[in-house]
Parts: sequence; C-alpha cells; structure tokens
Amino acid sequence: MSLLRIEDLRIALPKGGDRAFAVDGVSLHVDQGETLCVVGESGSGKSLTASAIVGLLPSRSLRVAGGRILFEGSDTLRMSSRELQDLRGGRVGFVFQDPLSSLNPLERIGKQVEEVLRQHRWTGDHRQRVLEMLSAVQLPSPESLVEAYPWQLSGGQRQRVMIATALATRPSLLVADEPTSALDVTTQAQILELLRDLTKQHGIALFLITHDFGVVARMADRVAVMKSGKLVEYGTRDAVLRTPREAYTRKLLDAVPPLRAGPARPAGEPVLKATGLTKSWVTRGSLFRPGRTVAALKNVSMSLGHGNTLAVVGESGSGKSTLARVLMCLTGADSGQADLVGINANYLGLRSRDLATVRRNIQLVFQDPYASLNPRRRIGAAVAQGPLAQGEKPGAVHARVAELLGKVQLDPSAADRYPNEFSGGQRQRIAIARALAMRPRVLIADEAVSALDVSVQAEILTLLKDIQRDEGLSMIFVTHDLRVAARMADQVIVMQSGCVVEQGAMQDVLTAPQHHYTAALIDAVPSLPSISVQQ
Amino acid sequence: MRFVYAFAAWLPRALLVLVAIGLLNFFLIRLAPGDPASVLAGETGASDARYIEEIRKSYGLDQPLWLQAATYLRNLATFDLGVSYRMQRDVADIIGERIPATLLLTSTALVLAIIIGTLLGIQAARRAGTWQDTVISAFAMLCYATPVFWVGLLLVLLLSVHAGILPPFGMSGLIPKSGFAAVLDALHHLVLPVMTLALFYFAVYVRLGRSATVEVLGRDFVRSARAKGLSERQVLRRHVLRNSVIPVVTMAGLQVGQLLGGAVIVESVFAWPGIGRLAFDALMQRDYNLILGIFFVSSIMVVLANLITDLAVRSIDPRVGRS
Repeated sequence: MSLLRIEDLRIALPKGGDRAFAVDGVSLHVDQGETLCVVGESGSGKSLTASAIVGLLPSRSLRVAGGRILFEGSDTLRMSSRELQDLRGGRVGFVFQDPLSSLNPLERIGKQVEEVLRQHRWTGDHRQRVLEMLSAVQLPSPESLVEAYPWQLSGGQRQRVMIATALATRPSLLVADEPTSALDVTTQAQILELLRDLTKQHGIALFLITHDFGVVARMADRVAVMKSGKLVEYGTRDAVLRTPREAYTRKLLDAVPPLRAGPARPAGEPVLKATGLTKSWVTRGSLFRPGRTVAALKNVSMSLGHGNTLAVVGESGSGKSTLARVLMCLTGADSGQADLVGINANYLGLRSRDLATVRRNIQLVFQDPYASLNPRRRIGAAVAQGPLAQGEKPGAVHARVAELLGKVQLDPSAADRYPNEFSGGQRQRIAIARALAMRPRVLIADEAVSALDVSVQAEILTLLKDIQRDEGLSMIFVTHDLRVAARMADQVIVMQSGCVVEQGAMQDVLTAPQHHYTAALIDAVPSLPSISVQQ
Repeated sequence: MRFVYAFAAWLPRALLVLVAIGLLNFFLIRLAPGDPASVLAGETGASDARYIEEIRKSYGLDQPLWLQAATYLRNLATFDLGVSYRMQRDVADIIGERIPATLLLTSTALVLAIIIGTLLGIQAARRAGTWQDTVISAFAMLCYATPVFWVGLLLVLLLSVHAGILPPFGMSGLIPKSGFAAVLDALHHLVLPVMTLALFYFAVYVRLGRSATVEVLGRDFVRSARAKGLSERQVLRRHVLRNSVIPVVTMAGLQVGQLLGGAVIVESVFAWPGIGRLAFDALMQRDYNLILGIFFVSSIMVVLANLITDLAVRSIDPRVGRS
C-alpha cells in the first residue's frame, strides 16, 4: 500500500479566472521512504496539490472539487479538523520555501521547535529532543541556539530549523515546497544533502516540490511534471530525465542551462575599469555600543571590455551588488580609482555633469520585476521617462518606445497598459526596454533572471544575448547562479566576503578553478550529471 | 539590560524636550493678544493705569521677557508652577485637584476602547470579507465620523431623559455619600461620559487591529504554525496576537499622551470637573500661570507615555533596539 495516494484531485478556482481548476485531475502516489519530485513552473498547481494533502489550502476561495487523498489508507478530504490537526506536524511534516519569513520573529527558536512536540504530546523529554534535532540538522551549538531569535540566524540556518521542526515528531511523510530556492547555491547543496540523508536514514517519504531539474536529478526516485494544473508526465527519475515523452518536459529540461561556457569573445577597449575599490558600511550604533564596520569591497579591481560580458559571481553578502552600485555611482567608494565610460571617477565627488553621463551610459536591470516598475505608471511612460528627462523630443521618444517594445518582443499596444497586466517575464522585458531607452553603453543586470521560472529565464537570457549583439552593448551580469554566468559571460570574477578570489575567462575558470571557493561553487551547482537528454 | 539602555537613552532626551516645551509654551502664550493685568483689573471694576501697573509689578510682569522666562524655567525645575492670577492659589494644587477626575474618565474610556476595539478588529480580520467584517467595520466608521458632542447629547437624551437610568451630568449626586456608596455613585456618573469618549477612540483600534491582523494572518510563519497542527484558535493566540498588537500599543502610547487634552468636549457636555474644562476657562481668562502649568503637566504625560510605549514595544518585539 502506498503511504500517500492522490486520486483524481481537482481544486476549483473562483469563477472568472483564466481556468476553472487550479489542479485538474491529478493522480499520483508516494511510497514509504521514497522521494517524489513534483516539477513545474509557477502557477502549475504543484504547491496547491501539496497543501491539499493536509487541508492547508491558502485561501477560502479555493476548494477541493473532487477526488480522494488517501494518507495511510484514510481519506484526508473527509477528515475532521481535529484529525487534520493531528496529521499536520505529527504524521506529515512541512518545510516551506522562504525560511526568512517561515519562523515567528517574536519567539525564540527553541520554543518554536518545541511547540510541535507539545502539540503532538511527545512522550520523551522535550528539551532533549529539541537539542537532538538541532544537532541532527547540523546546527552549531544547539544549547545557545534555542535561546536565539530567528533574525539572528542566516537563511540556511533558519531552513535547518524548519527541517528540525518538521522531523521532530518522526513523521512518515515530509512535504518540502521549494525548500532551497531562496538560498545560496552552496547552502542549497548542503540543505538538499541534509534532507536526503535524514529522510533515507529514518525511512521518511519525501514529497519535494521544485522547479529545478538539477534538484530532481540529485534527489528524486520518481518525478511528476505538472503544467497548468494537470499532470503531464509521471515516471521514474531516469525515465523522465533520459527519455521524456512530453514536449513540455523536454522544454523544461532544455531550459536548464548547462554548466558549460563557450570561448571568450575578443574584447574591445575597456569601457569600465576599476582598481583598488574599497567600500565599507558602518552599522548604526547606540549610546553604549559603537557601530560595527562591515567591509563590503576589499581592494576590488575589474575591467569590462567593449562588447563583452563580465559575470560577477558570489553568494549573498559577498559584495557583488555593492560593486554594481559603486560602478553606477549609486554609492561612493571609500577609496579606489575607476574609469567609467571615459569619465575618471575617484569617488571624492563627481561633477554633476559627469555623474549624469555615467548614469546615462550605465543602466541597470533589477532582480524583482514586480517591485521595479511603478504600478501606477503606464509601460510607455515608464520606458519614455529617461529619454524625456534627458531632453529628447517627445515625438522621437514615442517612436523609440515602440521600437524598443518590439525589440524585447512585446506588442506595441503594451505601452498603454499597466505593469499588473504582465507576467514576471514580460515585466523583466519591460525593465530591459526601459534600460535600453537611454542608449547605454553598459547594461548591469543584478540577478535579473533569478526570480523567473527556468523556461522564462532561458528566453530572457537569449533576448539579452541578441540585444547585446545588435547594439554592441557591454554587460555586467551579477548572479549567484553559475549556470547563468556560464551561459552569458566571457569573463568572470568570483567574490567572497568583499574580495575577488578568482578572475579570468569564464571557460578557464569553469574547467580549472584555481581557488577552493570557486571549486566549491562549481560542485554545488545542481546539474544533470551523467544523464544525457535525448534530443 | 535592554530596558536600562532604553531608559538611559530616554532620560536626557526627555529633559531636553521638557525644557524646550516649557520655553515654547512660555513665549507662545505671550504672543497671544490680551494682557492679564488689564483682564484682572477689569474684573475688579477698576481700570486706572496705576492699579494695572501695580498688578504687573506684583506678578513680575514688568520684568523683561527673557528674565521672566528664566524665572519660569528655574521654578519649573523645582516643580513650582506659580500662582494662578485669578484664583490666587498654587497652580500645582489646582491641577492636582482636577487631574484625578480627568484621568478616571479618559483612562477608563481608552482602556475599554483598546480592548473592545482591538478584539472586534481581530474578529473582523478573521472573518475578512464576510458580513461580520462589514458590520464591524461600518460601525467603527460610523462612530469615528459622528461628532463627539452629538453622541454625548444623544446618549443623555436616550439614557437619562427618556430611560432615566443614568445621571446626565456631574461626578456625584446632590446628596453627598460616603464610603462604598460614594464609589458606586461616581461609577454611575462615569458611565455616560466614558461611553461617549470610548466610542470615539474605539474606531481607531478596530481599524488598526483589523489591518494588523489581516497582514499577520498572511505571513508565512502563520502557515508554518498551521502546518505544525495548531488549531486556528491556538494559531491566533500564540502567533498572531502578539505580532498584530504592536501597532495597537504604539497608537495607544500616542493617545495616552493626549489623555489630558482629549476630553475638553466631553467634560463640557457632561459638566465633568476635569482638567479639560479648567484649561478652557484659564485660556479665556488669560490665566498665564495656570495655562502654562496645565501645558507643562500634559507634556510630562506625553514624554512619560513615550517611554512606556517604547518599553512595552521592546518587551513584545525582541528585535527593537537590538538590530
């Protein structure tokens, strides 16, 4: 008998949506101790399916319209709320995507882990069990950690706490909803390994939701691929990855950028050049406590040749975004010299005319396409604003907006619409059009594709490459994802704690990393090893 | 330890604020048209220049302004608020007599409003979008939009004149009572003004409680709590309440500071012998010392309320003051 068997599950959407069912006729099962990966893009219904297992659908407007969910033989759709409560956290543990917000900020860690034991009347010593679980998830000094608050922990540590909580009561099923997609790549690898070890060790079945086929290759026994609420492909890992039957699965697999870089293109004259950049932030102190100084950049040098792409790779807190900000003169550096598109910047005060030149020639595309567009401003106005502010004639700007929208493959009618009418990928296209409107010589993309689904990500990357070729742009690609960097960049600099630990041609760095940190980053990339996808 | 730091950081700031407020009040009140000496002289019926000059001299009003200000500040430091020109008594004594009545009225009203308002707000948030939410929100809006004096008069009409169950004005009956009976009598008189004032405060807490709870209910850690197997009631009590009460505490702190001034209208409608009416009368009579005294005591309340709010928020939210 399967541990979990979902039969013909249907979850209805409120009337007037783009489709009638968020989840439409999904049937799948999970056996004792095995790992099922459910893959799909945003909106495919994978998270809703998981929530439905224990009656945790997020909104009152969503309801189960049909089907059965048998867990250990009994239908959870027919359970009383009391029975469901016993299931949640007792027989079924949950780990969610965003560890930063999954813990109550006002309660101590120990109390939050212990709560689940109390709730399910754990018979042993609670404190003992909490400490045991915190060390099982390899957190340092559990004794002092129980007294800590969530905000004193890093993202990876918080996710470990979530896993400790979910496994504390020895559940038979662990549901993990994108547990690593908000984490740095090395942390991601560690958390996945931890999940695999702990579930295998205790024979716990894992229902793992992900959009990343790299994760699937690493973790899955079997795979379910979902699209628009329907199950489109279902089988063992090797079958799905090696011989996908569905075009959609193939498309998703193809969209995973391989960790392989082409030879560097010849570089022109440097458009951006910086030497010895140093920048530190001082955190605010109080009357009795001096502020701390955090070095974000330590003696960083870089150079970007005309028509080339430079990837800046590193984990959160490595200083890569600070570098981007300094290069755009959004913030000053403490010391160092830079030549920015022909303007010599020593950061001791740039004349406002020079600053305007730098800003016009270096444009930025941000990470979050939902936050980077003003929701009250039409797309056309957003794209036109920069050139108009520079004093270009409205007629010419209008024509250019239409041309740019075409270039990023959007309909010209988009100019009259508002951001909320567009998907994340479309918004990122708009953000690119807005950046290009200034006719920049350098485009800085700060994690510009990391919030996007993998197939959308691939489209945006292709688009950027095409635009770069057509316009003769130089690009800086700030990213934590080595696969994206490999696909885009000629040169790379690897940053760790504000220092450049390695730099060189992308291809060379990938094939023969000199620094152990670079090697660790490469190792941590979830890829499709040894599985050749048949085209 | 965090609380000691907070207090130590607060103390010099509070003293500075009090000195600044004292000076500001002093000069502001002298900018207002009208001369206390001539008002006093006018009331005795005499209006010759020599008499007015004498009054000036005896109250120190003939001194240069900066000297008057310095004297005023020096007296403040020893909590000597001066003598009321009109009543010929110590200002501190007069205020001391009136404060209890006002505090009784306003704090009762505020506490009721905070508790009932917040609870109703939370209930509205739990049932967001249903008829319960609509009824609660609409009622709160109605209370907020209706003028306080009108609500007061209406309640008097309804509950005193027609129903005859509550006394319409004052703080005690005509026949003085003693002991427990006196307490009951005061409570009986308290009901109407408290209701009037509470209905006004109440709307703010409904709105705050509702919006904060809606926000917190949507946070990820609430989902985590549900996934641990907690019932809705437990989720609300253990995880939502403490998070959503933070803006309520901040708002309450702001209003506590205004407790002394907030009741002028209600005190007038119900002839409540509090400090609001005292301030109003003093203002009309150009009783400088008394007005300044009332202002000063109010500002002490504000500064103290700030400290208490800060400490309360710190005790709820461990992140404050530790980032």
